[in-house]
Amino acid sequence: MGATGSAVSRVPGADEIQKETGFSSAHIYRLYDRFQVLDKDDNGVLSRRDLQSIGELAVNPLGDRIIDAFFPNGVETIDFRSFVRILAHFRPTEENRQREPNASEPLNSRNSKLKFAFQLYDQDKDGKISRAELLQVLRMMVGVEVTDEQLESIADRTIQEADLDGDGTISFEEFKKSLEKVNIEQKMSIRFLR
Amino acid sequence: MREWVLWRTPVLFTALHPVLPGKASATLSREYLGLKIPDGLQIVSFKWHHVEAPYIIAVWILVASLAKIVFHMSHKVTNVVPESALLIFLGLLLGGVVWGADHSASFTLTPTIFFFYLLPPIVLDAGYFMPNRLFFGNLGTILMYAVIGTVWNAALTGLSLYGVFLTGIMGPLQAGLLDFLLFGSLIAAVDPVAVLAVFEEVHVNDVLFIIVFGESLLNDAVTVVLYNVFDSFVAIGGENVTGVDCVKGIVSFFVVSIGGTLIGIIFALLLSFVTRFTKHVRIIEPGFVFIISYLSYLTSEMLSLSAILAITFAGVCCQKYVNANINEQSVTTVRYTMKMLASGSETIVFMFLGISAVDPNIWTWNTAFILLTLVFISVYRVIGVVIQTWLLNRYRMVQLEIIDQVVMSYGGLRGAVAFALVALLDPEKVKERNLFVSTTIIVVYFTVIFQGLTIKPLVSWLKVKRSEHRDPLLNEKLHGRAFDHILSAIEDISGQIGHNYMRDKWAKFERRFLSKLLMRRSAQKSRDQILNVFHELNIKDAISYVAEGERRGSLAFIRSASTDQLVNVDFSTQRPSIVDASVSALLRGNPSSVCLDMQAIEEKRKSVRDKEDTLSHHVLQQYLYKPRHQTRHKYSRHAITPNTEDNKQEKEIFRRTMKKRLESFKSTKLGVNYSKKSIKNYKKDCMPRKVNPEYSDIEEAHEHEVAHQDIGISFIASATRQALAETYNGIDNPTFISDENVMVRPAIPPWLSNEDTVVPSQRARVQIPWSPNNFRRLTPLRLSTRSVDSFQMADGPVPEHPRMTLPEGTHL
Repeated sequence: MGATGSAVSRVPGADEIQKETGFSSAHIYRLYDRFQVLDKDDNGVLSRRDLQSIGELAVNPLGDRIIDAFFPNGVETIDFRSFVRILAHFRPTEENRQREPNASEPLNSRNSKLKFAFQLYDQDKDGKISRAELLQVLRMMVGVEVTDEQLESIADRTIQEADLDGDGTISFEEFKKSLEKVNIEQKMSIRFLR
Repeated sequence: MREWVLWRTPVLFTALHPVLPGKASATLSREYLGLKIPDGLQIVSFKWHHVEAPYIIAVWILVASLAKIVFHMSHKVTNVVPESALLIFLGLLLGGVVWGADHSASFTLTPTIFFFYLLPPIVLDAGYFMPNRLFFGNLGTILMYAVIGTVWNAALTGLSLYGVFLTGIMGPLQAGLLDFLLFGSLIAAVDPVAVLAVFEEVHVNDVLFIIVFGESLLNDAVTVVLYNVFDSFVAIGGENVTGVDCVKGIVSFFVVSIGGTLIGIIFALLLSFVTRFTKHVRIIEPGFVFIISYLSYLTSEMLSLSAILAITFAGVCCQKYVNANINEQSVTTVRYTMKMLASGSETIVFMFLGISAVDPNIWTWNTAFILLTLVFISVYRVIGVVIQTWLLNRYRMVQLEIIDQVVMSYGGLRGAVAFALVALLDPEKVKERNLFVSTTIIVVYFTVIFQGLTIKPLVSWLKVKRSEHRDPLLNEKLHGRAFDHILSAIEDISGQIGHNYMRDKWAKFERRFLSKLLMRRSAQKSRDQILNVFHELNIKDAISYVAEGERRGSLAFIRSASTDQLVNVDFSTQRPSIVDASVSALLRGNPSSVCLDMQAIEEKRKSVRDKEDTLSHHVLQQYLYKPRHQTRHKYSRHAITPNTEDNKQEKEIFRRTMKKRLESFKSTKLGVNYSKKSIKNYKKDCMPRKVNPEYSDIEEAHEHEVAHQDIGISFIASATRQALAETYNGIDNPTFISDENVMVRPAIPPWLSNEDTVVPSQRARVQIPWSPNNFRRLTPLRLSTRSVDSFQMADGPVPEHPRMTLPEGTHL
């Protein structure tokens, strides 16, 4: 089931997708396959329900948030191109890549990956993670045994650690700075799409 | 074609020795009478010879078990030295004692005992608890390593040794090319017993584990064939080997391996079929599992096919049906007994490996030969692994990295199988048998002891090299964990598992024919896994709700034993604790690597601020949900891993998610038109997938129900179903291969279907104190699995008053 030229041409807009995301045609073909498997009603778009039917997401604490990330700005359905565009964030970063001077930042750069994660926290899209938003995420990620007081203290400490300008919220720059020692390129790259 | 060569055993140790034949017993009784008669009737007498054989066996088993207790008293020792090594040392000690007392090797590991009694439980245990999905998902890789890798190792080792022999360094040996090839074939195989013993201590990720483990099991076919072929070639004599014989050898490989597998599968089917009817003999149900599996081993042995493959596949194939058919206590009994037998056998094997070495009669030393063997097997293993991995990585979805290859090469241990095979050699035909035996013992000791000892430090050195050694910030920990979750989710969305076509086909076939044949009717009906989960959820929720209420607000968790443990990197903990150091995952910046630094934090405690800091770290460390690649079940010979922690985590998250989805759906209930359209398409989608005629009627009925009701609930239901199907995999899950197709059936779980009766009650459980009425009303509904019809009624629209039809209890 390799990607032949004719197979890839079945994928709508394969060339543009390739240029935009940097996936190889084999990967695009495989992702299109997956898209079709997920698309239960076969209408060429994915709805929230299709993504929700993936079992593992239901037992992933951030599953629903990630599904929301696929549907930005309240759209109900996404097409293949948007699907791949989001997945492109998780393509492994190539090091030492020649960047054309005018090209926009590649989707899978460290910055873009961090931006994606940041947007998961920042629900109201104001560019900052407020204490309440952080609490929300924390609540999702810990067990039921942790009380609200403990969570609040953790949230406070977290913000204290990262907040450099003292406004009580974490902006994207502060977020980036607090994670500068973390190997984002590795942590946020799908292992099998190289 | 194996000959049963018994070592010198003046004391009757072989269990296979027939109960004293008539003449001997007559002699003995005459002796007895002859000794005692003059004194009249003896009230008490010391009848040692009467009980000798079983007594000695029992004593050895007791000694081995006591040794285990003693070893585990000292955590420091068991952290560093693998248990198998300790047992070998003990064996050496005991062997010395026996030798000193008897001046002859009284007790040794005879091939008969090993192959008939000690090895089958170990391999059956491996097969029965094999994570099937993982195993079959990586089967290609495993087969490649097992077959090609072993042949490569055997051929190259044998040929190299022969080559060196020709140069004369080894001195005069009465061995020809075939002898060396024979030796190569028996020393090349990776041993399942030894591999597991060491890998249990070093926690590796599940893919790596299954590859090495699977390889060690499946290479038996190759070993058997090569050994037998070369053995008979040696017997025929090197000059008489013809091309036809070589071809026959190759053909025999296929026959042996496929034949062994088939026998295993046949017996598995037999076993599953039998357990279908054991409802009324529950007490002896577990016995069937062992007897039939053992028979598969013996049958395969009888037909000179690969017995290990037979019993492995018997265990692999019967898992699902046996677990579904027999009742819960029997399941537990089977599992515990199997673990006990396997663990016990392994202990005895290692101990006897030690004892058997103390026999100067077999020792022949040839420095060059021994050294070169060690060198060759290590080097060729590394080369083989590297080449094969490079080849495989071009086709694999999850790549095998350098660290994996290091672990794989280093973890290729030889063990008792090699020893038993070499003991089987006929000294007449293979003149240098003693040399081979000595070398094998040295090789086994080297791999088990030295490599076993050093693999843990090696792994932790490699992982520490990659990760940074400094205090992690709260931010990093938190966000790091979030990234893990995100990555898991994205991987799931992008679908990392291939071969869906094959799996679907198999699932269809399995559901249509096999399950109907092999599973009890009640088991088939309760196969709907949601019911299983909710059964558990209900009962446990009751308990945990009360317990939680008591616990809330107390900070007692801080001083609990588990947090104290967290600050040590404890490699030997069996439970899948957060401290687990999975090798490859660690190199990706796994959060547990930060545990190395917790000690530093602890020591720093100066101010309240630091204390709070520590607290926060502790809380996060203990209570952050683990991402998926950390929560994989682990195979362990010495512990049954029920994964209650992981189940708990999954259930919590799952309930939360479903609640949220339901709420969000209800808020968008206005979009009914859209939902109706989608449910029509959904129905259309379901139709072609319904293969099972038995269920189609019920499914259709359900779909009508669905159409009448709130439609979005069905998609939550299907999500629910899929969620549970795919996550409850592995050992605890009765699925052989996860049933994705079953999930399309829109049977609605009770808690979601009828909002009036069920959902408020579920919320009520969280908010309102329980009333006995609620409880009684809820549980029978959910526990009912007797017939799906009652569910249909329960799920039906309100007018039917389903509560009135309370079915009786269940046996899930």
